[in-house]
Amino acid sequence: MSTGTDSSHEITLGVNGTARRVRVPGRRLLSDCLRHDLGLTGTHVGCEHGVCGCCTVLLDGRPVRSCLMLAVTADGHEITTVEGLAGPDGMSPVQRAFGESHALQCGFCTPGFLCTVTALLEENPAPTDEEVLEGISGNLCRCTGYQNIVKAVHRAAELRAEES
Amino acid sequence: MTTRLFGEPVQRREDPRLLTGQGRFLDDLGSGALAAAFVRSPHAHARIRDVDVTAALDVDGLIAIYTWEDLPERVGRPLPLLIPHPALTHGRTAYPLARETVRHVGEPVVMVVATDRYLAEDACGLIEVDYEPLKPVVGLEDAVQSGHLVHEDVPGNIGAHLVQEVPSASGLSAGEAIDAAPHTLSFRLDIERSASTPLEGRGVYARWDGADLRVYSSTQTSTSVRMAIAAALGLPLTSVEVIAPDVGGGFGVKIVHPWPEEILVPWAAMLLGREIKWTEDRREHFISSAHERGQVQHVRVGFDDDGRVLGMDVRILHDHGAYTPYGIIVPIITSTQLLGPYKLGAYRVEFSSVYTNTVQVTPYRGAGRPQGVFCMERTMDKIARHLGRDRTEVRAANFIQPDEFPYDQRMTFQDGRPLIYDSGDYPEMLRLVKELIGWDDFERAPNRGIGIGCYVEGTGVGPYEGGHVQITSDGRVHVSTGLTSQGQGHQTVFAQIAATELGVPIERVSVVTGDTRRFGYAVGTFASRAAVMSGNAIALACRKVREKALRIAADALEANPADLEITEGIVHVVGDPKAAVPLSTVAVLANPLRYAFDDEAAKATQFSGQASGGASPDRPPVAEGDEPGLEGRDYYSPIRSTFAAGMHAAVVETDPLTAEIKVLRYAVVHDCGKLINPMIVEGQIHGGVAQGIGGALYERMVYDSHGQLVNASFMDFLMPYATEIPHVETAHLETPSPLNPLGIKGAGEAGVIPVSAVIASAIEDAEGVDIDRMPISPSELFDLRG
Amino acid sequence: MKPPPFEYHAPRDLGEALEILAGAGPRGKVLAGGQSLIPMLNMRIAAPDHLVDINRLGALSSIDAGPGGVTVGALARHAEVERAAPHPLMVQALRLVAHPVIRNRGTVVGSLVHADPAAELPAVLAVLDGSVRLARRAPGASGLPDGVVTRDVPAGAFFTGPMESAAEPGELAVSAFFPALPPRTGTAFREIARRHGDYALAGVCAVVTLDEDLHISAARVGCVGVGPVPVVVDVTEACERRPAATVPWQRVAGAVRERAEPDGDVHASAAYRLHLIGVLAEQAVKDAAREAAG
Repeated sequence: MSTGTDSSHEITLGVNGTARRVRVPGRRLLSDCLRHDLGLTGTHVGCEHGVCGCCTVLLDGRPVRSCLMLAVTADGHEITTVEGLAGPDGMSPVQRAFGESHALQCGFCTPGFLCTVTALLEENPAPTDEEVLEGISGNLCRCTGYQNIVKAVHRAAELRAEES
Repeated sequence: MTTRLFGEPVQRREDPRLLTGQGRFLDDLGSGALAAAFVRSPHAHARIRDVDVTAALDVDGLIAIYTWEDLPERVGRPLPLLIPHPALTHGRTAYPLARETVRHVGEPVVMVVATDRYLAEDACGLIEVDYEPLKPVVGLEDAVQSGHLVHEDVPGNIGAHLVQEVPSASGLSAGEAIDAAPHTLSFRLDIERSASTPLEGRGVYARWDGADLRVYSSTQTSTSVRMAIAAALGLPLTSVEVIAPDVGGGFGVKIVHPWPEEILVPWAAMLLGREIKWTEDRREHFISSAHERGQVQHVRVGFDDDGRVLGMDVRILHDHGAYTPYGIIVPIITSTQLLGPYKLGAYRVEFSSVYTNTVQVTPYRGAGRPQGVFCMERTMDKIARHLGRDRTEVRAANFIQPDEFPYDQRMTFQDGRPLIYDSGDYPEMLRLVKELIGWDDFERAPNRGIGIGCYVEGTGVGPYEGGHVQITSDGRVHVSTGLTSQGQGHQTVFAQIAATELGVPIERVSVVTGDTRRFGYAVGTFASRAAVMSGNAIALACRKVREKALRIAADALEANPADLEITEGIVHVVGDPKAAVPLSTVAVLANPLRYAFDDEAAKATQFSGQASGGASPDRPPVAEGDEPGLEGRDYYSPIRSTFAAGMHAAVVETDPLTAEIKVLRYAVVHDCGKLINPMIVEGQIHGGVAQGIGGALYERMVYDSHGQLVNASFMDFLMPYATEIPHVETAHLETPSPLNPLGIKGAGEAGVIPVSAVIASAIEDAEGVDIDRMPISPSELFDLRG
Repeated sequence: MKPPPFEYHAPRDLGEALEILAGAGPRGKVLAGGQSLIPMLNMRIAAPDHLVDINRLGALSSIDAGPGGVTVGALARHAEVERAAPHPLMVQALRLVAHPVIRNRGTVVGSLVHADPAAELPAVLAVLDGSVRLARRAPGASGLPDGVVTRDVPAGAFFTGPMESAAEPGELAVSAFFPALPPRTGTAFREIARRHGDYALAGVCAVVTLDEDLHISAARVGCVGVGPVPVVVDVTEACERRPAATVPWQRVAGAVRERAEPDGDVHASAAYRLHLIGVLAEQAVKDAAREAAG
């Protein structure tokens, strides 16, 4: 058992466009900070060892595992969670495409997929099937068999193209 | 035109919440609650000598530490054996916290409550448990041969033993029929352990207000958890409410109840007068919940020159782990559903269900069927190979024919009722699946193989489910049913049923499941039963409400109820659209009022002259036998299960050098009777097939000889990613069930059931070596090549 | 699965980082990308008293490609290096490292220090004969700014065992150097993993140089997952200085298998891994030779 102390740190996170100040112990995971300190429970925790991808959020626009990052390390950075994906006019193309394509069942893995796919399409607006598979290859889903998720990514690309 | 939504691919009504992070899963609730964590056994089998908590007492934020000794008598009893069976002669269940002995790695020994989970885990790490290790029993062979015992009072580790035998039409026993058959084969099959592994683990959150207990649990059955908690804590049932919030997948593991935590967390919440939450982490889920599959089967079969099975004898060794809280449902289902779409001459099946020092075994999607189907379909392939016949021909020679329904398999099913198939068309289904995969035109090439698997699935087992439907004076329709949801789209399909039955727009229908405050009587979501059971119950409840609405509207419109119909939420006289009254008004009229709290309500007050009873001063405002309000409740309780069926086929390619296995094509033909929402049914199939691919090629629970689960993480338990799952092509056949008003059968488990059989069939075809063990890895295929 | 308590440090410069590490000694751990360390903390397999988060040391994010090779700073993320594409073999390897989301955070130097014999980057460093620069505080030392001393440890000496490197307590791996390729040289990386993105059951990276007649003049492979450290095998001789088309591949595979000492585990037997490593070596050398021929 470690004898390390657990002093707390005051940090500021830019979350979904709003600066949030919060005091956390050094060991607080970013996932727990978002969920339990900031009340943003849309980010889910499925394994806490970085394999399932449920906790994926965008850190300065790039998807990362929030269970594999300390909240203190994120001090001063911009974070987007699933709660921040919708725009003033409603759900984002990625969110709508997931709904239309029946790309979710229980919905537990969905926030991680949405964040991952949002960044994927930002970088590659018209991915091939193979690029889609590679792009979502770090996210587990136990319900859908992925087929409709792949379909949704293509549909989201279409919606983005139509609306841009 | 009536509002017809039944059968349409309606978009899911639960999605907007889930897509925007507004879902309410267990750990999303109870902000500020205390956190529970558990010290769990690191040993597979050990006696507890002492628990020393001294070092943990200094942890800041520690609230309480409990061992079995601290539990009151009622709470400390062994957990219930949920499904007793006469053949389960030595059923054993665990204590909520281990008492004297631990029997698998992960068994809870000490409960810690602290102000947050980090601190609770700190305290757990400082508690020292002194164990005296005992010899562990690991694996089926060890269980029956080693002489070591999991439970001292269970000789031979045999928990249950059951034989079912059906003689041939001419009265031969299976053994006699096999001996007399022109051809016989005998072989052994192995299926390893796997598990449901939903992405959300289990979890319990309890609050006690001094008089009433409210418990949230990530469960597949809130009504029964409620009864179990009330019983264990000695509370009146009416003082306990249990709610299943959004549940992040179940697949069987969450039907087991009460879990130790479902008793301990509410108990501690009452004792401490504080809200407490326990959220299972991934490691806990691997070692402390439940697994499945895990069988060895010894098969003898006798058949004629056409491949017709004259006699079959199957002996199953089933590993049920350390405890049997869910009885022997899994091997019973294997034994009975093994028969699939076939009529055999004579059949004998015997299973022994044995204890090992491993996590308990309870149903995982498919619930024993994947093992049974693997057995039967491997048998069909072996018969075909022996006779040099096409594998589909041999299957067809054994099919039950469409004109033979209802077909009595002369066995007893998992619900204690006769195994009688209600309907189906297996020859047509085979034709469809062959067409879909291109069976007859399959181009032979080295290292490419095609495989097939057929199954029948008993779905929608009883005893019952209920539905309550209420139309309020704002015209909204509130549907509730007691069973729970874990992603099956119940808020959509039940709304489709209600909207269709009542003739209202689906936007006005809301559905609540799994909340005992709304509906107290239910069984749960398992065995592909939710749509069949609650769907029909809701339809029946809607029909009651509709009848009442028409009666009241007929009064108001001075028409005959038989001349009325409901469209878009408005009751009107057929052929006279002006003679109409909206359901909102009908709801107002259904409830005579004294007080006018709004304009609508004013219509129903005593001096308005409009309320249903108000028209005549000679009658009571609420007629005898009637009730105020526009609502209805009904139950659906079938005489027996409905039997869905499916046939899958796949093309695989194996790498001649690396032995990697790639599924090139996967085709599914599926018959679950009438489809409520084809989009949702397809989604269920896709997900099931993906789990099946996991079970065939990737997932297994590996115990070492010490009883340590060596791959208890997502790093090493290989749940497939998108990159591992083939595209699934589907086609549907609809043979309605004659057993229920909607003609539906269940679809939840279907996809997973035959996949191991199909993949084995295809690999065997590609490689020409017997594939008798599942799952299979490239390394194992490499070994088989020799 | 929550990390145990530790004293968290976020130094602002290298000197401060080294000072804290010097004070912490074996009870200290460095946090860079955290993609291997934080799972170990969450599982409480690792329980350092002091965690030194170097994510504020912006100077360590550099990726410098020079004529002699590429120097990658301790904070350069996999994804950044992949995008910068400073070295063909690094790019080939990085595409196989876990999943894109992990690569956004994980660092190249962190992977080297983690020294997992099943990981790709240690094999790349080893086959290229690269090195890792380790820095530590030198109290009272003169002649060096900020009292920092560094040493460059060649790959062959850096990987000392499974999950063990030559980095001593108090030392920080500040950069890694991957030598550039000679002319007419091609590279390739082949591996077999159970799932896409998993640690490989076995993997081979190859560096092949051709002479002017397109005969193989040098060929080295780095093997993943078949020993306690990356296994480097010079297969020049086995290729018999022939053009790729006439190389006796059985001999190449045999030379590699001879040096491999794989273990069996839940995913694959030792025999299967041994078989794979030969198959992959042949494929990787062929790929690299093809690339060298341009």
